[in-house]
Amino acid sequence: MEKFTTLTGIAAPMPLINIDTDMIIPKLFLKTIKRSGLGANLFDEMRFNQDGTEKPDFILNKEPYRKAQIIIAGDNFGCGSSREHAPWAIADFGIRCIISTSFADIFHNNCFKNGILPIRLPKEDVDKLMDDASRGANATITIDLENQEIKGPDGGCIKFDVDPFRKHCLLEGLDDVGLTLQKEDKIQSFEDQYAQSMPWMARS
Amino acid sequence: MGNPRTLFDKIWDNHLIETQDDGTSLIFIDRHMVHEVTSPQAFEGLRMSGRKVRHPELTLAVADHNVPTSDRSNGIVITNEESRIQVEALEKNVAEFGVPYFAMDDLRQGVVHIVGPEQGFTLPGATIVCGDSHTATHGAFGSLAFGIGTSEVEHVLATQTLLQKKSKNMEVRVEGALPDGVTAKDLVLAIIGKIGTAGGTGSVIEFTGQAIMDLSMEGRMTVCNMAIEGGARAGLIAVDDKTIDYVRGRPMAPKGAAFEAAEKYWRTLTSDEGAVYDTTIIIKADELVPFVTWGTSPEDALPITAKVPSPSDARDAGKAGAIERALAYMGLEAGTPLNEIEVTRVFIGSCTNGRIEDLRAAAAVAKGRKVAEGMNAMVVPGSGLVKEIAEEEGLDKIFTEAGFDWREAGCSMCLAMNDDRLAPGERCASTSNRNFEGRQGRDSRTHLVSPAMAAAAAITGKLTDVRELLKEGN
Repeated sequence: MEKFTTLTGIAAPMPLINIDTDMIIPKLFLKTIKRSGLGANLFDEMRFNQDGTEKPDFILNKEPYRKAQIIIAGDNFGCGSSREHAPWAIADFGIRCIISTSFADIFHNNCFKNGILPIRLPKEDVDKLMDDASRGANATITIDLENQEIKGPDGGCIKFDVDPFRKHCLLEGLDDVGLTLQKEDKIQSFEDQYAQSMPWMARS
Repeated sequence: MGNPRTLFDKIWDNHLIETQDDGTSLIFIDRHMVHEVTSPQAFEGLRMSGRKVRHPELTLAVADHNVPTSDRSNGIVITNEESRIQVEALEKNVAEFGVPYFAMDDLRQGVVHIVGPEQGFTLPGATIVCGDSHTATHGAFGSLAFGIGTSEVEHVLATQTLLQKKSKNMEVRVEGALPDGVTAKDLVLAIIGKIGTAGGTGSVIEFTGQAIMDLSMEGRMTVCNMAIEGGARAGLIAVDDKTIDYVRGRPMAPKGAAFEAAEKYWRTLTSDEGAVYDTTIIIKADELVPFVTWGTSPEDALPITAKVPSPSDARDAGKAGAIERALAYMGLEAGTPLNEIEVTRVFIGSCTNGRIEDLRAAAAVAKGRKVAEGMNAMVVPGSGLVKEIAEEEGLDKIFTEAGFDWREAGCSMCLAMNDDRLAPGERCASTSNRNFEGRQGRDSRTHLVSPAMAAAAAITGKLTDVRELLKEGN
């Protein structure tokens, strides 16, 4: 997994609430058996007309947001399905950080597995950043994960919370499966105990 | 005696391998279901790192999202190349890694969340995961069941465990009894309408109260299935006689003495007297009527007797904007009575409402009637076995005589990944779980309803209070 340390970039304002996984990546694009290449279809139905031409009003079709690396979003971003294609598409487009008042649980989990930092902030802070973001290229935002700080274009600084284990994994680019496999002894002894206490759970 | 615990606490404690200082926990997973859409990259990850599946026997794979629901008597052909490749990738992966699999031509094939319970793969007290948000369905059995992403699918395949932070306990208590003509689907739409799509975020919802325990297992699955639409990690319902009776005799359930030992444990799977929930929401069942959604979020649920809302009804600017956008997308005007909204398509099926009881409820309305002029109404059983039972009961005849299209099992138009989809602008009364923009096809318009309400809409050609048809009699 790609490490996440600090990120300075353009933030795209998307004030719409309940941006769901079907909007982020419509099912048409779930037929892939790869993880890469989904950025071209990120927000497909909001971003493109049926003939494939761009919808000029959509934020990521406007300069400078074509190069956005951060999204500032309305409440409950990522609700809906468990499709990891959503964070894959977001990362593939080049976005590494999403800031909102709230995220759907599965999407929130999936972000951390893909080097994306989802940040939850109080509404006042999100509104402030939404405002900064709407000012375009002069208003880049810096996310410093180590110090858990967001630095705005006017020198303001917002602190944010992040789960310590997830922070560690993002900073180091660690893969969960490898970490868990180091706990083989614990898993094995759980399984031995469990086979005694709940024998009917086993299947042959 | 320790502190009183909730059902969720009990299942969590029973599967806990270790907890780190920051609360991140490693939990054991009893059952893992796999489908073709969210698994190829997970198997690829295993292959690239030279890992194997730790417990293939605790895993069960079935293709459901991409499978065609057209007539299978001359074999199954997936015409879309990408869909075919995805199903073929699953077949190759299960063969390579030794994972049990129900092939498309197996009678047991169907929507993964219908198949698990039907086979007894789903058991009370189990931790159950699948790369699919509607895994919440299995919580109806007093099991902790939730959807995971593909990275987590790979994690479970490799380790049979999952890294999780413990969710909060939320109780949704449904007091009183549901009136006639009001079903589990209406109830869950009413709950989501009340708590909102983020109302359960960070929580496991335990559904309690008389109206919940009065539901059949099918009804309980419908309620738990849509817990995710209320933002919850999982839905849960306590074990009772209905749970035990449903599981007994299922092909993959324990047998004989093992079943008896299991039953003894399963009967402890209720929240203790005095257990504390972080939040409790109370719903009065006797006040409910059939519900429908008007907009593009499951929280846009209202009684069929209500009117399409206006942005000025919204609680805040964010919601007002969402209502405005939804009205434009849905082609609706504020103030229109919901029972005047015309539909030309009906979809009965999905992991929410594709079980036998759902088909019976729809057939009871369809019997002896005809679908409206120009109506295209599909009935898609949740599995090959549901289809078989329905045909034994003659439900297929009732549907076809009424002008419904009787089809083969799969996810179908719930998410329109196969050929079953709406044309742009088409409006559908659907028993599925999501009415998101584009869900049933680009620019499609979805109204979520119960199976009986869907059948009623097919007959009248508009969203209809099914109680009026039930009053008339067939």
